[in-house]
Amino acid sequence: MELVGQMDVAVITKVYPSRSHSGAAQGGVAAALGNVDGDSVEAHIYDTVKGADYLGDQDAIEILCNDAPRTIYEMEHLGCPFSRTEDHKINQRAFGGHSFLRACFSADRTGHALLHTLVEQTYKQGGKLKVYSEWHMNRLIVEDGVCRGVVAMDIKTGRLEVFRAKAVLFASGGYGQAFKITSNAAANTGDGIVAAYRAGIPLQDMEFVQFHPTGLYQHGILLTEGARGEGGYLINADGDRFMSTYAPSKMELGPRDIVSRSEQTEINEGRGAGPNKEYVLLDLRHLGKEKIMERLPQVYNLAKDFIGVDCIEDPVPIQPTAHYSMGGIPADNDCQVYLDDKGQQVTGFFVAGECSCISVHGANRLGTNSLLEALVFGRRAGKKMLDVTPGLKLADVNEERELEAAKKEIATLYAGDGSEDLSVIREELKEIMTYKVGVYRCADDMLQARSEIKGLRERFAKVQVKDPGTNFNLNLIDALELSNMLEYSELIVSGGLAREESRGAHFRTDFPTRDDQNWMHHTMAFRTEDGGHELRYKPVTVTRFQPEERKY
Amino acid sequence: MASKVTMRIQRFDPAVDEKPHDQDFEIELPAGITILKALNKVRAEKDPTLALRYSCGSAICGSCAMKVNGHARLACKTQVSDCTVDGVLRIAPMGNLKILRDLVVDMDPFFDSLGKAKPYLEAGNGSVPEFERKQRPEEFLQIDPSTTCILCAACYSDCNVLEVDDNFFGPATLAKAHRFIFDSRDVDTQARLRAVSKKTGVWDCTHCGECSTRCPTETKPLERIEEIRTKAMADGFHDNVGARHALGFRETVGKRGILDENYLPARSMGFFNLPGLLSLVPIGLRMMMRGKNPPLIPHKIDKLEEVKKTFARFEELRK
Ligand SMILES: Cc1cc2nc3c(=O)[nH]c(=O)nc-3n(C[C@H](O)[C@H](O)[C@H](O)COP(=O)(O)OP(=O)(O)OC[C@H]3O[C@@H](n4cnc5c(N)ncnc54)[C@H](O)[C@@H]3O)c2cc1C
Repeated sequence: MELVGQMDVAVITKVYPSRSHSGAAQGGVAAALGNVDGDSVEAHIYDTVKGADYLGDQDAIEILCNDAPRTIYEMEHLGCPFSRTEDHKINQRAFGGHSFLRACFSADRTGHALLHTLVEQTYKQGGKLKVYSEWHMNRLIVEDGVCRGVVAMDIKTGRLEVFRAKAVLFASGGYGQAFKITSNAAANTGDGIVAAYRAGIPLQDMEFVQFHPTGLYQHGILLTEGARGEGGYLINADGDRFMSTYAPSKMELGPRDIVSRSEQTEINEGRGAGPNKEYVLLDLRHLGKEKIMERLPQVYNLAKDFIGVDCIEDPVPIQPTAHYSMGGIPADNDCQVYLDDKGQQVTGFFVAGECSCISVHGANRLGTNSLLEALVFGRRAGKKMLDVTPGLKLADVNEERELEAAKKEIATLYAGDGSEDLSVIREELKEIMTYKVGVYRCADDMLQARSEIKGLRERFAKVQVKDPGTNFNLNLIDALELSNMLEYSELIVSGGLAREESRGAHFRTDFPTRDDQNWMHHTMAFRTEDGGHELRYKPVTVTRFQPEERKY
Repeated sequence: MASKVTMRIQRFDPAVDEKPHDQDFEIELPAGITILKALNKVRAEKDPTLALRYSCGSAICGSCAMKVNGHARLACKTQVSDCTVDGVLRIAPMGNLKILRDLVVDMDPFFDSLGKAKPYLEAGNGSVPEFERKQRPEEFLQIDPSTTCILCAACYSDCNVLEVDDNFFGPATLAKAHRFIFDSRDVDTQARLRAVSKKTGVWDCTHCGECSTRCPTETKPLERIEEIRTKAMADGFHDNVGARHALGFRETVGKRGILDENYLPARSMGFFNLPGLLSLVPIGLRMMMRGKNPPLIPHKIDKLEEVKKTFARFEELRK
């Protein structure tokens, strides 16, 4: 939006814009408006730094929180519907790890409201913005430190095209699909981060994956944290509110990593509910029908439609679910991407949203800070692009060569001998990631995971795409996506193995405490010539808050 | 408990097929499985070439609407067990949109049609975003249903009017119009009402209710269309066929206790709308040839006074 009308702008997306996974965000978007209590930007900054377990870059966090109120007002002015207070202001609710009522919300479909408001703006821009819906970006073109465009495939026809550009922005979302139990959309296969990685850009803090405490049992579908914000309880098989053992002051509203681990401990120690003691329960019964239907209608419907539980009458079976990708493509506070751990940058390449690692979330994102991040940094990226792009020239691209490379990648996926099955490999990967690189991690599990994933990559070479078609060839897209998932899953495991401490969402049973002496560093994974990788580290930016013990 | 189900899936690949055909897949499905998961199981175990759209898997992105046993539904939130009849589950692409391949239809006409509703807030001048604008909780609740729309197009697929007239705004577009007409922050209400009152707008809906029945959210387009009509009438948008039709309906029933079928078409078209009236002539002639014209002098009903009284009370209540 910052660029339309001033430059020739195109949006490429593999789903229609309104289908993007932002629409699934339920609970809210953070901003210290202070509409219902005495919140302050200062408090928002501190909560975010602490929530990130001190791995967030504090200068970026200050930008995020300072710009939050303006961002919300802007969205309101664009038409976003927000739930309101009795005095007609934007209403705010409690959210885990935030010490004030800070989450602005639109019932329990905040992401949907924000996303649709932005999609509406594309209609307002009319012909000035070209949207390529259902085009799959296959490759990022970077040469000599200059970003030159992308290669993308029209899903409707299979046609490959080079999109040359002076500047490229990736807002390609998270990578939660590598897990079996996940709240992420099928589209969240980390395509953007892997394309950048393959183009020679390092990936940062990939080992940090947030597990959300309230995934619908077996489905992983998210029940918003707003359910606890509104007063829902977490109980075990005995009906005890077990959070009193783990976070006595915040109880159910402790930060996500702590609540997820508490649930997993309850399950591991035999206090889980259900025939196999595999889940705990989210109890909303005491909220009453009226509050549930007004504030949490989506939670009601999801529980009802997907597992047949009426949450007005019964508690809902839940388990931790892979939810948010803290890691991603490293960039500065204006979203311009880093090429190495020394501060060198890629000319003309920007990132924003979940695929980026700026890093405002550090080791653990606070709920509602990520929609905020996408909005704040998306705008900053736009402004920066407006600033620098006129000074850039349209860089040369050897289109022929790029198209050939993309074609070759596809041809390889058809060349397997067919003795291995794509969906089998995918399921195995997901199991490995959830059970060995999940809520609790240890060296033994991760070493196993590493060699198993290596095995899967070898087997993947034998997979053969069976669909020869060119239009809506899902089989081919599945293969492209799985290839990405295998590539970045290795980095999650490597980063996790190397990081011998527990911080935020990364918890090692063999190194259960945080180690500020050795690990106040961001992990940077570089791809090596042979397709392997090398880890380097860079320090965290600390401005005001020195690491303290993180207690809730 | 697993059970064997025959998934009867409509297939079509324009590269090889002349027209769509059904293909049966016998497949073992666990209890509690959704249609989307079952379709992905077919892809994994039986036929990787099956094309469909899906993404979030949690009924919010709107990608996976398709016909299940002849009616549009979201595959991700529909249980196989709720729809299997005699062991068979029928799956086909949405209606009213061109099939691109298997269960994938061309969504462009749908997304383009939204443009007719001018689908963005007109905030007027002087809205410098220093603070939020005020809105009462009741005002938010007024647009709450229409803002739940996920643009899945299930309503578009099953709309009976769109089947015969693709100029019709369509249920989703009208729900989108509602979302702004009833937004207390929008300054363009009257222009919006005028636009949807025209031909192909709210009055072209035939009240069949398919849209609301198929809608997987709280949008329920028919209800929204009715709310728009009521507001358009209240705000004086009477100078169009639909409004005149509704008013004429009330007049004739109020006066005679029955519908005067000779009066109504002319009243709806407008008595001085010569081209409009002439456009009725061919259909009038055709009806005459088939002996379907209403009698020139409408027959009288028995308890006219009672009807009139009821009607008068109703009018009183309405005020
Ligand atoms: C269930 C759920 C609930 C959440 N709730 C909240 C909440 O309450 N508050 C909060 O702050 N955060 C929440 N989050 C997190 C938040 O929604 C996301 O972090 C954020 O929306 C990500 O936005 P994005 O723009 O970065 O990516 P997305 O919205 O995921 O968009 C990614 C885009 O990239 C495109 N893309 C990806 N790969 C390709 C490719 N190869 N070619 C072309 N296009 C491609 C996709 O088509 C899509 O349009 C939630 C997340 C989930 C999963």
